Amino acid sequence: MAPGTTTMTSGIAGDTILKVEHLSMKFGGLMAINDLSLEVRRGEITALIGPNGAGKTTVFNCITGFYKPTMGMLTLQRRDGKEYLLERLRDFEIPKLAGVARTFQNIRLFSGLTVLENLLVAQHNALMKASGYTILGLLGLPAYSRAVDASIEKAKYWLDKADLTDRADDPAGDLPYGAQRRLEIARAMCTNPELLCLDEPAAGLNPRESAALNTLLHQIRDEGASILLIEHDMSVVMEISDHVVVLEYGQKISDGSPDHVKNDPRVIAAYLGVEDDEVEEVIAVELEGGNH
Amino acid sequence: MTASTETGHPNVLAKAVREGLFAGVIAFFMFLLFVGIETYQDINNALVWRTRWGLLAIFVAVAAVGRFLTVGFIKPHVDRRKLAKAKSGVLEISENKSFFHRHFLKIALVFLLVYPFLSLLIVGKQGSLKYVDNFGIQILIYVMLAWGLNIVVGLAGLLDLGYVAFYAVGAYSYALLSSYFGLSFWLLLPMSGILAALWGIILGFPVLRLRGDYLAIVTLAFGEIIRLVLINWTDVTKGTFGISGIAKASFFGIWSFDTGSANSFVKAWGLSASSVYYKIFLFYIILALCMLTAYVTIRLRRMPIGRAWEALREDEIACRSLGINTVTTKLTAFATGAMFGGVAGSFFATRQGFVSPESFVFLESAVILAIVVLGGMGSLTGIAIAAVVMVGGTEVLREMSFLKAVFGPDFTPELYRMLLFGLAMIIVMLFKPRGFVGSREPTAFLKERRAVSGSFTKEGHG
Repeated sequence: MAPGTTTMTSGIAGDTILKVEHLSMKFGGLMAINDLSLEVRRGEITALIGPNGAGKTTVFNCITGFYKPTMGMLTLQRRDGKEYLLERLRDFEIPKLAGVARTFQNIRLFSGLTVLENLLVAQHNALMKASGYTILGLLGLPAYSRAVDASIEKAKYWLDKADLTDRADDPAGDLPYGAQRRLEIARAMCTNPELLCLDEPAAGLNPRESAALNTLLHQIRDEGASILLIEHDMSVVMEISDHVVVLEYGQKISDGSPDHVKNDPRVIAAYLGVEDDEVEEVIAVELEGGNH
Repeated sequence: MTASTETGHPNVLAKAVREGLFAGVIAFFMFLLFVGIETYQDINNALVWRTRWGLLAIFVAVAAVGRFLTVGFIKPHVDRRKLAKAKSGVLEISENKSFFHRHFLKIALVFLLVYPFLSLLIVGKQGSLKYVDNFGIQILIYVMLAWGLNIVVGLAGLLDLGYVAFYAVGAYSYALLSSYFGLSFWLLLPMSGILAALWGIILGFPVLRLRGDYLAIVTLAFGEIIRLVLINWTDVTKGTFGISGIAKASFFGIWSFDTGSANSFVKAWGLSASSVYYKIFLFYIILALCMLTAYVTIRLRRMPIGRAWEALREDEIACRSLGINTVTTKLTAFATGAMFGGVAGSFFATRQGFVSPESFVFLESAVILAIVVLGGMGSLTGIAIAAVVMVGGTEVLREMSFLKAVFGPDFTPELYRMLLFGLAMIIVMLFKPRGFVGSREPTAFLKERRAVSGSFTKEGHG
């Protein structure tokens, strides 16, 4: 899989895979996201960070179709140049047509199915087509058995990447926590996504598992998929992401490289909880510094 | 600890006596109104009541003595055996299963194939009517129904309380189309399956966005609607009178089983007239239909659609995040389950020769669902065993005249069928909360196929 930036033909800037414009989400009287615009660049790891309740997961749910946004436009451009307006697709069409896969903050595996079966379920649409919507598959045509073999090969590939080959035949619910996180990512990758959305992938992992996760994410990026992730653990964010977007109270307060964001006074204020007037001071000092 | 587990130890015996008395007291109050008092009509047709202290005393005594023996002797005995086993280091889950255990399915299939002839040999033509029809065919109809419902409830995790509606659609499809248009059984068998599947889709389309309890209530209502339509649409269905004189199935169009017919089966083979041949023929038809249901279920489970059903039972939201259209997936499960219900229904109509709305009450849905739950949701073997126990059990209860020796000559075991039925279900659910076969067979494997313990699988909630 070559990073397909060269095949870009039309529409939005060539290296942008997802463009969020003026996204707003209202729950009753609560404005969870307020006029948010951001871009996810192809082949990069973009991190979405912010304090608790900043609206990160809401943004995710809008992108992956679990919420219908109150306002705004979400444009996804696939490698072949096709554009999809995500807010107009039904939830299951977003992974199927637009190639966006996601994981969940509280892991959602098929715990009663084996690890291998979890990865096969993820290839449902491809296998459904190969089995002629079940009818041809029931007759046992060779084209279908070839598709099955290919799906198992793909599952094996991701099992290997996620270091789960030894446990392929165990029920998913039986895996330790870190392995479940990796399996959920592997399962999402089996849908052939171009954009992978990870909701707090490092939550609850020990340092070793966290390091293994970082390697896995880098491998996924190097194979051409773009990654958008929510993360609380700043060390993870700073280490793996190419681009960071910071949210607070449903609004973007900073956007840029990890180094830029780390030193942004508004981000520091948001994370350390500085009083509002102090923020003004901090910014003023920063601006003066910048003017020199 | 060791002292208290020994039999005959004063502590244990005292405890057993105490618990026995306690059980007796509970039984007394429980059965006081159920058993101790009986209402009947006197000569003037007035409702009066009389007491049955003797029978009540027997019930209480059975409960008290049973509890005494359980606590005092049986439980210490079981504990000691467990302790001995633990000491000897033999694992409870042994890899060396017995011959019977390993080849259970093959043995069961061979037994079913020779069963009608076995009963013919042992009890003769007239006697085997009961064994082939009441036991064989009756149980197999429920096996097929339960396997059909298993696709909806056991695999896809959709709670369907109105499954009997599709059974009714199948039965009435056959009854009406054969008596109005004279279509043959072999044409109508698949057709009633298709019609039932169609009704499954018609019901499923608006309903399947509901989940859990709400879905259960709507399916329950659908079952009742179908029954009420059958009762009230008297022009077509003849209402509560039902449709009688439904055509018998023919021997694939070659021979007929009607006694007066020119090409009758009995005449062609030079046999003496008896209805047992028809029953044996029906037995093999329903056996073949059951095998077909099992085969399709097993094949579908290994197809992407079957995996999607099970994934749906485990986590619907995760399914949607993987691009699975949950509405069509649910719909196919509903339609496939309904189809098998419909086929079973048309078989039921031809076997009875008579259908009426009486046969399609809610209790039937409940019994079929109970068989699925008792057998272990998703497991074909477990469900078949549960059907034998539940349906065969109620039939056996009719025969249990020896109970009269315990409870007195007036005791009619049939009247207590439902009571014993409930009791048996509670006992099974206490000891096997996941049903007879709680584990699930994975549909694909890399190195070895290992059953997935029931503690990981979910029941589904929509």
